[in-house]
Amino acid sequence: MRRLKCLATAAVSLALLLTGCTGEGSDKDGKITLQFQSLAWQAESVKVNKELVDEWNAAHPDIQVKYIQGSWDSVHDQLLTSFEGGEAPDIIHDASDDLADFAYGGYLADLTELIPARLKSDIPQNSWDTTTFDEGVYGVPFLQEPRVIMANAKWLEESGVRIPTPDKPWTWEEFRTITKELSGDGKYGVAWPLKDPVSATLNLSLSAGGRLFHREADGKVDIRFQEGDGVVPGTIHDQVNTDHSASSTTLGMGGSDTLPGFFGGKYAMVPLGFSYRQQIVQQAPDGFEWQVLPAPAGADGLTQGVSPQTLSVSEDTAHKKEAMEFIDFLLQPDNMVRLAQGDWMLPTGTEALKAPALHAEKDGWATGTALAAHLTSAPAQSVRGYPEWKDKVATPALQEYYSGAIDADELEKRLVKDGNLVLRRYQR
Amino acid sequence: MRTSKSARAAQYVALLAYLVFLAFPFLWLISTAFKPAKELGSLDPTWIPENPTLQNFRQAFDEQPLFQAGLNSLIVALSAALVAVVIATPMAYVMARHRNRLAKAATGWVVVSQAFPFVLIIIPLFLILKNLHLINALPGLILVYVVWSLPFALWMLVGYVRAVPAELEEAAAVDGAGKLRTFLSVVAPLLAPGVVATAMFAFITAWNEFFFALVLLKTPEKQTLPVILNRFIGTEGVADLGPLAAAAFLATIPSLVIFAIIQKRITGGMLAGAVKS
Repeated sequence: MRRLKCLATAAVSLALLLTGCTGEGSDKDGKITLQFQSLAWQAESVKVNKELVDEWNAAHPDIQVKYIQGSWDSVHDQLLTSFEGGEAPDIIHDASDDLADFAYGGYLADLTELIPARLKSDIPQNSWDTTTFDEGVYGVPFLQEPRVIMANAKWLEESGVRIPTPDKPWTWEEFRTITKELSGDGKYGVAWPLKDPVSATLNLSLSAGGRLFHREADGKVDIRFQEGDGVVPGTIHDQVNTDHSASSTTLGMGGSDTLPGFFGGKYAMVPLGFSYRQQIVQQAPDGFEWQVLPAPAGADGLTQGVSPQTLSVSEDTAHKKEAMEFIDFLLQPDNMVRLAQGDWMLPTGTEALKAPALHAEKDGWATGTALAAHLTSAPAQSVRGYPEWKDKVATPALQEYYSGAIDADELEKRLVKDGNLVLRRYQR
Repeated sequence: MRTSKSARAAQYVALLAYLVFLAFPFLWLISTAFKPAKELGSLDPTWIPENPTLQNFRQAFDEQPLFQAGLNSLIVALSAALVAVVIATPMAYVMARHRNRLAKAATGWVVVSQAFPFVLIIIPLFLILKNLHLINALPGLILVYVVWSLPFALWMLVGYVRAVPAELEEAAAVDGAGKLRTFLSVVAPLLAPGVVATAMFAFITAWNEFFFALVLLKTPEKQTLPVILNRFIGTEGVADLGPLAAAAFLATIPSLVIFAIIQKRITGGMLAGAVKS
């Protein structure tokens, strides 16, 4: 009996403990409450987002915004479940390469008529293209990052190689020659962190005119491997397998994993996203001199594909207009600069890009800002079936090609033949 | 047959190697938690931090509501473990002692239920919980964890019940004890190690679970530790390594403490000498 009493006591305690742990509503006393799910994760970025929400709430007592912290990991599944369950946040922070399914699925509101003229004209068409699906605009692109080359400044200076600038970048050929020059004695001219080789390859290939995905007149997409598509993969392959100027061990690594080797003088250069500068500033040993260089240029100059971070509005929300007003506030030029600095990224807004802070030489801001005009929509992000092509076809094929397990012909065959089989299923 | 000295030594070496293998990630986690950012980027990492710091812990607490998340995790995990065990124990007894079609079907269900991936059930589950007003509420998550851990808990306990000699129950019956009395006074004490092991399993499953918690809990004040820990990871898997290691280290402590307290109960060998075979 004593045990039964214990169990009953435990059950009652549990019930008491859980009392009050319930959900909550919105729209009380005519006051609108919007839920804003942010994926900001770096401390400075979270702080700026929360400050901006507070500023909005102070100025708009009738339209309150509630900040909800999301997470980049699993955001797609989390949003999909929320949409299906009718519990999605009103304002959604995500990235343009994650929007296609939600846009085509009818979960996101078409913002075409809601976007204020100021915002529409402030953000270049290149950026709007990243969030445009079937002529509807399903997100406001606001932060982006080019892939740049983080370089050991002292090493490059001592070697006497020409230092590239956004006005006079290296060509891919020149880049290969220089990395060969810098290599030897167990050291490498470059370390390619290609844990996720597909987006890096496709985005950089735009500089050489490689598009791989070609949209036909009937709207269907066909994969074709043309001359420009082979430049970037060919350079990386040859650096690793022919010149031995790129470390083969970093091919399976993420960007952060290559930093110890970069700081330790093992690699002269590491191609990374622009925001990795924050980690370098935090972790670089005292006295380590580094600089940001533009990625090499090809037939199409410095063009590079990006998938900007975006703000979207849920189709289910009854307050689309108010949600858009908040987004417009969040993306006022000064606020966009604050958000960009918090995330160590570039704003998409042309006014924000003029901010002096983003043109400072320190920490490579100026180089990144100079690249902004060359950033365009990643070629495959609006293609239905791209995620499957990426996971099942392109990732293993590129990994095998870069490690030397297959040759260029086999790579082309897999990307095109196997790839088109995947796309066909989505385009019936 | 006695084991030779060299064979015994080899056994100890193998055991030591296995222990090192198991302990390596945890020791590395502790080391990372106390390293300043600049040491984390070193090409020649050391086991012992050269300039140990508590900065990572300070930053982790400053940036994320770790206390609240820890409390939520504890409530959810303890509740899920308690409820799962309370439901599973009598069920397991019936399934082990009465081998009929229903018991067989239940066993089959237990096995089949383990084959369902999370993503397959998450949307229907979300809709059900929404209708019950249990989205963004800890009771909803507890309910999910109980249901999720119940089949395996049941399967574990059935094995433990079968290991309790039926002769003991027969002896109790001869002494005039009824079914309930026999279960509570004879079987239950002997099942204690199994119940504790099962509770431990349910606790750790709930304590570590990420995906359901991510989807079902929206506001920071309700979220559990795995979800909060995930906030130290950004785009392309870039992690704020120091604070993440510090927070992850703290998150493992409750599991270790609970396991340390109850491990004797699991390995107690309470059946030793109960019957003469």
